[in-house]
Amino acid sequence: MAPSFDTLSEQDLHEEEEEEIDFSDLKAQFEVKLEEGLDTFVVIDGLPVVPQENSQKLIKFLLRKLNTVGHTSEDAVFMPISEKNMSEGFAFVEYETPEQAVAAVKQLHGTPLDKKHTLLVNKLMDVERYGREGRIDEEYKPPTIEPFTEKEHLRSWIGDSNARDQFALYRGDKVGVFWNNKNNPPENVVDRAHWTQLFVQWSPKGTYLASVHPQGVQLWGGPAFSKQKQFPHPFVQLIEFSPGENYLTTWSARPIEVEEGQPILTFEEDGKNIIIWDIVTGKPMRSFTSHDLAGPESEAQPKKKVQWPAFKWSADEKYVARMLQGQSISIYEVPRMNLLNKTSVKVEGVMDFEWSPATVSREGIKQYEQLLCFWTPEIGSNPARVALMSIPSKEIVRTRNLFNVSDVKLHWQSQGNFVCVKVDRHSKSKKSMATNLEIFRVREKGVPVEVVDSLKDTVINFAWEPNGGRFVLITTGEAAAGSGAPPKTAVSFFAPEKKGVQAGNFKLVRTAEKKNSNAIYWSPKGRFVIVAAVHSQSSHELDFWDMDFEGEKTDADKDLAANLQLMRTIEHYGVTDIDWDPTGRYVVTSASVWTHTMENGFNLHTFSGETLAENPTDKFKQFIWRPRPPTLLSKEEQKQVRKNLREYSKEFDEEDKYAVDIANTAVVETRKRVLSEWLAWIRREKEFLAEDKEAYGLAEDADEPKQARDAPAVTDDQGETVVEDIVEEIVEESEEIIS
Amino acid sequence: MRPILLSGHERSLNQIKFNRDGDLLFSVAKDKIVCAWWSANGERLGTYTGHLGAIWTVDVSPNTVLLATGSADNSVRLWNVKTGECVKVWEFPTAVKRVEFTPDGSRLLAVTEKRMGFLGTIVVLDINYDDDLTNQAEEPSLRITCTESKATVAGWSYLSQYIIAGHEDGSVSQYDGKTGEQLESVQAHEFDHQINDLQFSLDRTHFLTASKDKSAKLISARNLAIMKTYVADTPLNSASITPKKDYVILGGGQAAMDVTTTSARQGKFEARFYHKVFEDEIGRVKGHFGPLNTIQVHPAGTAYASGGEDGYVRVHHFDKPYFDFMYEVEREQLRR
Repeated sequence: MAPSFDTLSEQDLHEEEEEEIDFSDLKAQFEVKLEEGLDTFVVIDGLPVVPQENSQKLIKFLLRKLNTVGHTSEDAVFMPISEKNMSEGFAFVEYETPEQAVAAVKQLHGTPLDKKHTLLVNKLMDVERYGREGRIDEEYKPPTIEPFTEKEHLRSWIGDSNARDQFALYRGDKVGVFWNNKNNPPENVVDRAHWTQLFVQWSPKGTYLASVHPQGVQLWGGPAFSKQKQFPHPFVQLIEFSPGENYLTTWSARPIEVEEGQPILTFEEDGKNIIIWDIVTGKPMRSFTSHDLAGPESEAQPKKKVQWPAFKWSADEKYVARMLQGQSISIYEVPRMNLLNKTSVKVEGVMDFEWSPATVSREGIKQYEQLLCFWTPEIGSNPARVALMSIPSKEIVRTRNLFNVSDVKLHWQSQGNFVCVKVDRHSKSKKSMATNLEIFRVREKGVPVEVVDSLKDTVINFAWEPNGGRFVLITTGEAAAGSGAPPKTAVSFFAPEKKGVQAGNFKLVRTAEKKNSNAIYWSPKGRFVIVAAVHSQSSHELDFWDMDFEGEKTDADKDLAANLQLMRTIEHYGVTDIDWDPTGRYVVTSASVWTHTMENGFNLHTFSGETLAENPTDKFKQFIWRPRPPTLLSKEEQKQVRKNLREYSKEFDEEDKYAVDIANTAVVETRKRVLSEWLAWIRREKEFLAEDKEAYGLAEDADEPKQARDAPAVTDDQGETVVEDIVEEIVEESEEIIS
Repeated sequence: MRPILLSGHERSLNQIKFNRDGDLLFSVAKDKIVCAWWSANGERLGTYTGHLGAIWTVDVSPNTVLLATGSADNSVRLWNVKTGECVKVWEFPTAVKRVEFTPDGSRLLAVTEKRMGFLGTIVVLDINYDDDLTNQAEEPSLRITCTESKATVAGWSYLSQYIIAGHEDGSVSQYDGKTGEQLESVQAHEFDHQINDLQFSLDRTHFLTASKDKSAKLISARNLAIMKTYVADTPLNSASITPKKDYVILGGGQAAMDVTTTSARQGKFEARFYHKVFEDEIGRVKGHFGPLNTIQVHPAGTAYASGGEDGYVRVHHFDKPYFDFMYEVEREQLRR
């Protein structure tokens, strides 16, 4: 059966109980409906017992507390008086709205009134529902603890003996997970129709596969991809995992409407767009309304794009932050989800911010910190500013002022060693554009900033080498006026100078001119980089570059930590996406039907650009490699492996050779078998045919054509037929006038 | 393999046929004209005019005396190949999509369209070669009505024992050649993917079907067992078995109505060669700039011709490498 979301709900786990239908829950539901009008009432218990004369005084005193969470008045408080003219120690209060009543229960319950008395606040409905006789057992029964069942191994795929990688493939209505088998067809693990309604996504360490449905998000995992956790965010559109895959952020443009009886969502989530979930418990941690939709100003303007991810996580998941553009950054502590120091950081004009992708220890700084980088544009006569902030102290550790700024992009290097601030500047007349790269050297003392020579053209793309110190950028000139073709681009490679332990200044290695490329894809292990033209109408080229070519090095590059070499250029018509596998061995280029409908499918290449397999696939939508968790080997062990690479590779080469031999023999064997089967079939048919002819009493030549009267007799000459072709050619033409 | 380009039609080709000797090639198109060509050099021998509608189908009698054509003007016409005269016209209530002579040429089948309240039928006409060829029977000797799904293509098996028909719903059925009784039916192709072509091997013991479901199947005529499947990445219009070498040639392309929205690159207008026994694709021939509507192989296996939506017929004579190509296992088999 297709695993649609309906079949995933909790009920199907209890299907077997359906036979003995218990009507009491229906009854209870029915009764609750009758009491709907009492939603606004709460019962307050734990009040002091006072004589009637003092009851008004007590009510007034009480009202001060009650009005902190909602609105009520003296008339709305009813405190019963007993026969002895004393209060009973409880009171009924009516609020204006059910929400206020809920807030009162949440916030006032358990708060002290004075030294002796503590308020006990409950909804009137709850008192009715749970407090009525028989509803709750008088005797305490210990809750039954479910017997321990071992969970599935969520990371079993890592243990593949051939260290193959998995990928998820979404085409048509079907989603499948496959093993990559190099040039052999991929091996299927699971393939399910209607597995997701919008898209699929792996968690950052590959443990879960998330499918997105109108009812919410479902996580799958384990060897057979069984249900793991469910996050019922109705009409969810976007999801985002935290880097350590402990938390999940979900977003929907539609504010959540919480209905009574929803087991997981509470009134807290009502009207919110964003929920941050704890993946282990499956419970929401906190919910938020999105900034983009709030405020009347956005209605007049054309619809802005959703800022996603709305919440950005620090590298260790201790903090999560979001920005109210132009005003402030709110940083929340995880898992309590309270605002750090109870206030947002006010930053006038803030445009964007990024956390450091790794926990950095700056030179000379001992205490724990996370770094985040943000920028503000020019406001009035104040210059634009890029700043580095340390969390939790909220101290600014480095700022840099900039002028004539039109836009800024922040690029952290994956280890947090550098932040490259790409500054697009305009001239005073605002006619021409130029780009500056300002690189913050985070780990060095005082965070020095290096300015890379200004580039005359605008930089359209920039990417750091993962775990390295090199980067690639693409610049573009002005489009030629009147021509439909997009302007040519240039690809520039930068590397640091070799200078002792620390990386030296960044220098240009080479620029490849007159390209059409617009995208940069570094291998996750560094060294190799693909520069490609994606989403392009006219150009579909992919250049595979090696930054550490093992050949001769030119003199010009001898001081640089790079030796650049173009390995191969390939073409993939209509390519829209390029994905490196997590080990950097293979790369997949794909053309998704989400972008265009021409030649959809995906091709597998090696890191050096050799095409291993082409898979044209109808209605191909998504290809994603399953990420791997970080390696468990220490730095020394990794070094050891690298040192003995030759020995290891010998082993693998032999294995590969063996596999190829086996495969070849298998192919030859099947071909032999198929051929002999075919020949046998032909022979048998011939015999049958002869038998049939005999049975019908037909001559051997029964199938020969009937002769027409004037047809020439069939001759037996079966030799080559020679067709004589007479071609007339005019050699000369002359005109004579005969008078 | 330099092709000979035959440009005599003004509209898209529907069917082409070699005669049994392979020296002549007949082609029919939507432009109401039948053309006859010398297959060796592509010279046009003549035309047969008379049809009032697009011509869907053509066949030549095994002795190259009579030519039969079926047309959208609801008629089957019989022509004297030599003189170009029309010797007989049979009228039907609907268009005729396929005609084929029996291996001995004594009978002719015609597949009629389902339309305007008439069900699709397969009719069999007796053919007389005496006198001046005009003396033909008026009424069909056999009529098979397709009640479930209309037949789109049909042909005769060995000894004219069975009539094999391919249907609109992707099924193939086998009828008794004498009584018209349905003997067998299999859902050879994906449901509701029309079968566009059905061509027999030279000995007529097996045949090849080409379907919209992007595959071609090799099927036994005796019991309709599916023996081989050839998978392409585009809807197929035609498929032919090559004698002499164990290959099949498939042709197709994006349906004509979708072509204008895609580039020639996207259309995949190539003739594809597959190995008949191993089902592997072994080569492609480019050239047409529209879908390939019809493919025929020379009866001696020395050439093939393709007719396209682009209005051209391309005749390719095979080169030496074509005949030399062999799988290692075949070579081994040969040596034994």
